[in-house]
Amino acid sequence: MSALNEQKKQRPKFLDLTVIRLPLAGYASILHRVSGAGLFLMLPLLIWLLDLSLSSTPEHLALFESITRNVLVKLVLLGLIWAFLHHFCMGLRILLIDVHVGVEKQQARSSAMAVMVVSLSLTLAFGLKLFGVY
Amino acid sequence: MSRLVVGAHYGVKDWLAQRITAVLMAIYTLVIFAAVLAGATSSHDAWRGFMAHGVVRFVTFLFIISLGYHAWVGVRDIWMDYIKPTSIRILLHVLTLLVLIGYAGWAIQIIWRL
Repeated sequence: MSALNEQKKQRPKFLDLTVIRLPLAGYASILHRVSGAGLFLMLPLLIWLLDLSLSSTPEHLALFESITRNVLVKLVLLGLIWAFLHHFCMGLRILLIDVHVGVEKQQARSSAMAVMVVSLSLTLAFGLKLFGVY
Repeated sequence: MSRLVVGAHYGVKDWLAQRITAVLMAIYTLVIFAAVLAGATSSHDAWRGFMAHGVVRFVTFLFIISLGYHAWVGVRDIWMDYIKPTSIRILLHVLTLLVLIGYAGWAIQIIWRL
């Protein structure tokens, strides 16, 4: 038994995050977690903006305008737009895999790529709108 | 069959809730996006009128509850994966639960006062 424990302790572990290389689906997966955490942390900002946007008080509306005009706030919102889109697209991929759609290696790789491409493209489209390009 | 003795429900209920709330929120997102394209945010009055509509308020309420539950399961999983000391982990669980309940109350109040 002690020999077994000894063996367990010595099993190779490789958890150096600076060296480890993940397949694309691995990156998409950890980004699902990162984006979810980011959305959770920024919930107070989003609820506050919703609160201000629906207020009938002119001061609140003026505050809403001035906050959302701020470039730093826009950058945070751009990040949240990406986070939402990535979380949304990756969520669809997870739901599909749950019902055994796209489980094969090549399909799983393609769908991970699709998640990255679609979420980044839509982020660009919404981002241009956010910064008033169109 | 050998029995696993880790937890009472093996997390299946939360796993399923995570999926159901995700589907509800995805549908809500598409509906709201379509409404925005149709002019729900064209003016401040239009936006207030849209959100004050009974049906929109009803589904927004469901969205808020779904988001709270979904975020609870997701954030709890993060604490379970990375926070080893039980006391700190439970403290973070409780804090997460408290802020999410507070956020839900805040958001529901915003749509209900319209």
